[in-house]
Parts: sequence; structure tokens; C-alpha cells
Amino acid sequence: MAQERDVFVANLGRIYGIYTGGFLGFVIVLAILEQLGVPDRIIGYLFVFLTLAVYAGIGILSRTMRISEYYVAGRRVPAVYNGMATAADWMSAASFIAMAGSLYLLGYDGLAFVLGWTGGYVLVATFIAPYLRKFGAYTVPDFLAARYGGNLARFIGVMILFIVSLVYLMGQLKGTGVIASRLLDIPVNFGIFVGLLGILLCSMLGGMRAVTWTQVAQYIVLIIAYLIPAILMSAEKTGVPFPQLMYSEALARITELEQQFGGPGGYLEGVKPHVTPFTNYDALNFFALILSLMVGTAALPHVIMRFFTTPSVREARASVGWALFFIFLLYFTAPAYAAFAKLEIFENVLGRDISTLEAVRQLPQWVFIFGEYGLVKICGAAASSPEALFQACQGKGVEVLNFANFSINRDVVVIATPEIAGLPYVIAGLVAAGGLAAALSTADGLLLAMANALSHDIYYKMIDPTASTARRLVVARVLLFLVAALAAWLTIIAPAHILAFVAWAFSIAASGLFPALVLGVMWKRCNSAGAIAGMLGGFGVTLFYIIMTRFELMEPWFGVRNISAALFGMPVSFILTYVVSKMTPEPSREMQEFVEQLRIPKGEVLMEDAKRAD
Amino acid sequence: MTEPGRMVEYWVKTRNLLWITMILWVFFSFVIHFFVNALNQITFLGFPLGFYMAAQGSLIAFVLIIFFYAHRQNKIDEEFGVAED
Repeated sequence: MAQERDVFVANLGRIYGIYTGGFLGFVIVLAILEQLGVPDRIIGYLFVFLTLAVYAGIGILSRTMRISEYYVAGRRVPAVYNGMATAADWMSAASFIAMAGSLYLLGYDGLAFVLGWTGGYVLVATFIAPYLRKFGAYTVPDFLAARYGGNLARFIGVMILFIVSLVYLMGQLKGTGVIASRLLDIPVNFGIFVGLLGILLCSMLGGMRAVTWTQVAQYIVLIIAYLIPAILMSAEKTGVPFPQLMYSEALARITELEQQFGGPGGYLEGVKPHVTPFTNYDALNFFALILSLMVGTAALPHVIMRFFTTPSVREARASVGWALFFIFLLYFTAPAYAAFAKLEIFENVLGRDISTLEAVRQLPQWVFIFGEYGLVKICGAAASSPEALFQACQGKGVEVLNFANFSINRDVVVIATPEIAGLPYVIAGLVAAGGLAAALSTADGLLLAMANALSHDIYYKMIDPTASTARRLVVARVLLFLVAALAAWLTIIAPAHILAFVAWAFSIAASGLFPALVLGVMWKRCNSAGAIAGMLGGFGVTLFYIIMTRFELMEPWFGVRNISAALFGMPVSFILTYVVSKMTPEPSREMQEFVEQLRIPKGEVLMEDAKRAD
Repeated sequence: MTEPGRMVEYWVKTRNLLWITMILWVFFSFVIHFFVNALNQITFLGFPLGFYMAAQGSLIAFVLIIFFYAHRQNKIDEEFGVAED
């Protein structure tokens, strides 16, 4: 068994090399089919079902009956591959589809998301990943229980993990449903079930082992799908296929147009200059958001969990670096999407004469393609056809299309780029397949984090510690299925605005989990009473702030938006942990020795159960 | 690794590296962006520098900081004989 695995690990480069070549070949074949007149609908079906079939195939091939394979992929995932899997785990439908759109809308201020969702990995590398890997945890609550003496800390950990992960998972399921429905032309709720099927096939039989190798495959698809349209767009607009540098030209042109036409009476009147800071968020909110997102990243259980799978502490550290490198490839491209889309809109859509129906027909076609879905609104109505647009604008007496009368859904920026650059439909299909890969891979990780917390922490550790291996694996799979079904059901019945709650996950994780995890390693004097007070206090303050400001029961403190609630919750958690620890007896001699062992890479994993299972 | 004195020294070195890493992290996460307006007066690779730092510069710095930290911490582990075999 072990030998078979090692052959697999030794051949990873070749396997994924062939896979990448195969995927590119598949895209080329579809491009040829499109030229031969195969309808778009068929291309869409091929994209969805062939990629889903490959992910499911990997999932089924990686099935396992061993506990340590199921929970931590046998701890044999090399740093670079764990980096790719982490990148796919991390980058969600929101990163792939919505982030470039946020940058389009917010300009410089939107870069708080780019910074916040990357810098947190420095904290993961220094405070979290190496130490939890040394401990040998299967789940994040496992560590809390071992360090803070038992099941109360474990239970609080599971509770926070669940709150953080469930809404996040619902967001991914919704994203999957929306993409699948557009590609397959089926209702969104049906699309959710197609996605759910893909997720379960990937994760159920092989647990972490299967999710790891599918996430690597999904990373390859999503990064190719994100980079190719941007490269082609850059080549088309600037002649150089390097969007990440060439969008400086687009920015310069945007600034020029803003200065020329942004004044009173100009068609860009009311526009906020793209590169000027603090026009949408004030400086306090900008930096509070960066802090909350970064610290939250470092405490999200489905991210931390990925670093339990490396062969050593040394590789866990390197793996964080690789993860951020692979994430960086997408995040430093997103602002280029935003800039090219903005330039297209400022040059070819806004400022155009729309006083006659003939003139309206001259507008770029993509406006109407996405207007039909209600994603582009002009003069207050969906720009579904030239006639509809003309009528709406005549009604308002608008003769020249201007900034104030134009609005675009933020998802469109990435999705419309192939149309804007005049690329064939196959590229649009590729983008959708990438978005699907991003949503599925994140959903896999979240689902596993939640189901494992239930099967390992609640069932095995708290309910039946004598359960046999076979029984534990059956329970793990049943719970995985139930959590998936629950999340899908909630996604379908939940009101749409629930999904905005995803952003709060970061503040909740930052104030509920981060201080207990960090102080558990860095401060030997930290004891259970302190950590439990800190977790509950930080979580409580953050939740209080979010609820009170969301329902307008109180004014925001210093005007801080509730997405950055960790600005208050996290310090409260740190202070409570410190003060309560100081007021209560110091941890036992054994516990202090345990922390010392945690701090050095040498030696076996510390978790009793993991030693036996290995 | 049996001598307690060596252990203390190991942790001091590790903690110093943590402080250096944290200072770099704070600098590229927050401090440099305080000066965005001043930096935007400078052009770098065709970008206003303040914008560039938030869109790319700090991200590259984060990747390098992690590899720097991992490399230095591995060296410390080897020096004190607590690296994995």
C-alpha cells in the first residue's frame, strides 16, 4: 500500500503534466468543434460534464479505508502540490468571478481585498501551519482540545468552525448553481444539485486524500481559465500578451478620460478616479478590512487543515509559500481585468450618442448579451435589446450615454471579457469551467472541514471513543452526506442576501479562533480558562457588533463597517485570554512540556490517536 | 536537545526571526500604504507606485517573506539539531 502510494507521489509531475496537456488539448478540440458549427449549448455541456467526470474519477480512484488517509491524506502531499491544492481550496467563486468586478467598481479601495486575502498567509506560515502540523491534528478543534484540556474547548472550536464554514459553503453551492445553470441552460436550483453531485463524488470515498488530488486538478483548470482570456485581451488591446504589466497603459488612459470628461456636464460626471485612494472607503475602513481579512484567513479551518497533509514541518512551511505563490498568479491578474473592462466601457460604451435607434444599434454587442440577463442596466432598465435601451433612455431624455445612467453587475467583468475581446465562445466556456472549478474545490474543502469536525471531534472524541476504524469511516461518510444535503437545502431556501454573510466569516474566525491558536503555541502561560474566555468573548463581541449594525440597532463604532468587526472582537479576545490566564493557575508542567515539544520540528506527531493510526 | 539552556537559546532565536517577519509583514500590509498618495507621484513600470504596491508589490513581498522565513527557520532548526531527520 505504502509502496504503491510512493510510486504515485514520485510520478506526480508526469501525471499532472499529462493532465494539463490533456486539458489544453480538450480546449483546442472544442475550439475546432465550434468552428465546425457545433452549437454553443453542446460546448457548454461538454465543458461541465467532462471536467466534472475527471474530478469525480480522481475522487473515486483515491478512495481509502485508512483513517489517516481519510483525514490527512496520509501526510504524504509534497509542498508544491499542497500549495496548489491550498490555492484551489482558498480561491472561491467570489475570488474567481466577483473580485475583478469589485476592483472595477471600487478602484484602489478594492485592493483591500487583494491585500487582505493574500497577506494572511504570512501569519499562517509563522504562527499556525508548522505547529499544528507538528501536533499532528486531524482537525482544528483537535488542537484546541489537546492544548486547552478537553471537550469544552473542542466544542467551542467546532461551533465557531461550523458557523464560519456553513455560510461560506452555501456561497460556493450558489456559485456552482449559477454557473452550471448558465452553461447547461437549466434552473439554478437544479444546477446546485449537479454541483453537489460533483462535490460528493470527489470527497465521499477518499476524504482528504481524494479532495487533495482533485483540488490540484481544479487549480490547473482554474488558473488556465483565468489567465488565457486576460492574456488574449492584453494582446488585443496593447499588442503585448502580458496583462499584469500592460494594464498600466489602460490605467493611464482611464485617468486621462476621467480628467477630461469627469467634470460637470462631461459624460463621466460623478465618476470616482480609479487610482485615487479612499474614495469609497475611508482610510480607517480600508486598513481595518485588510487586518480582518488577513487574520481571518489565518484562522479559517478549511485552510489550516490543508497544512496537516504535508510529510514534514519543513514542508508545511514551504507549502505556505507555494500556496501564496499560486494564489498570487490569480490575484495579480484581477486588477488587469478590472482596468481593461473599465477602459472598454469608458471608450466604447459611455459617451456614445444614443439619440436614435440606429446609433443605439452601434453599441458593442456584449452590452445586450449581458443586458438580457439583467446584468447591464442602462437608464434604469435592463439593456436587453437596442429597442429596450432606446426606449428607456428616451423616457429619461438621455441623448448621450453617461456614467450616471450605466450600471453593471460585478460578476460581468470576468465573464464578459471573452466577448469584449471578440474571442470565440469556447473561451467563454473555459471561463465558466474555471469558475466551476473554483467553486467546487472550495466547497470540497469546506464540506470536509465541517464533516470531519462532526465525525472526528463530536462522534469519535466526545460520543464513542471506542469506535472501530471501519465504523468511524462509515460515520464520517454518512455525516459528510448529511452536511452536504443540509447545506444544499439551506442554499435553496435561504433568501439571496444571506450570501452577503460570507464576508463576516473572516471577522468571526479572526476573533473566535486566531488568538487561541496563536497564544496556545507562543505563550506557555496561556491556560484553558483564558483561552475559553477569549474565544467566547471575541466571538461574542464580533457577533454582537455584526448583528447590532446589520439591523441598525446601533451606530457603527467610529464608522467601522461590520465586515471588519474583528477590529473590535480580536483585541477583546487577546486581552481576555491574557487577563483570565493571569488570574487563574498556570498550566501543568506536562502541558508546558507539550508546548515545548510543539515548538520544535524534531520528533513524532504529538496526537495520541494519530500515532496509532499512522 | 536535552540541555535546557540550548532550548531557551533556540526559542530566543526563533522568536527574533518571528519579530523580523512580523515587522516586514506590518510594513507591507499597512505602513507602506499609509503613503499611497505620496507614492502615487512616482511612476514605476508605468504604474503610479502607490497603486502598484497594493496591486502587486506587497503581494510579491508576502511570497518572498514566507520563503525567507521558512529558509531561516530551517537553518535555526539545523543549528540546534531539532530539524526532522
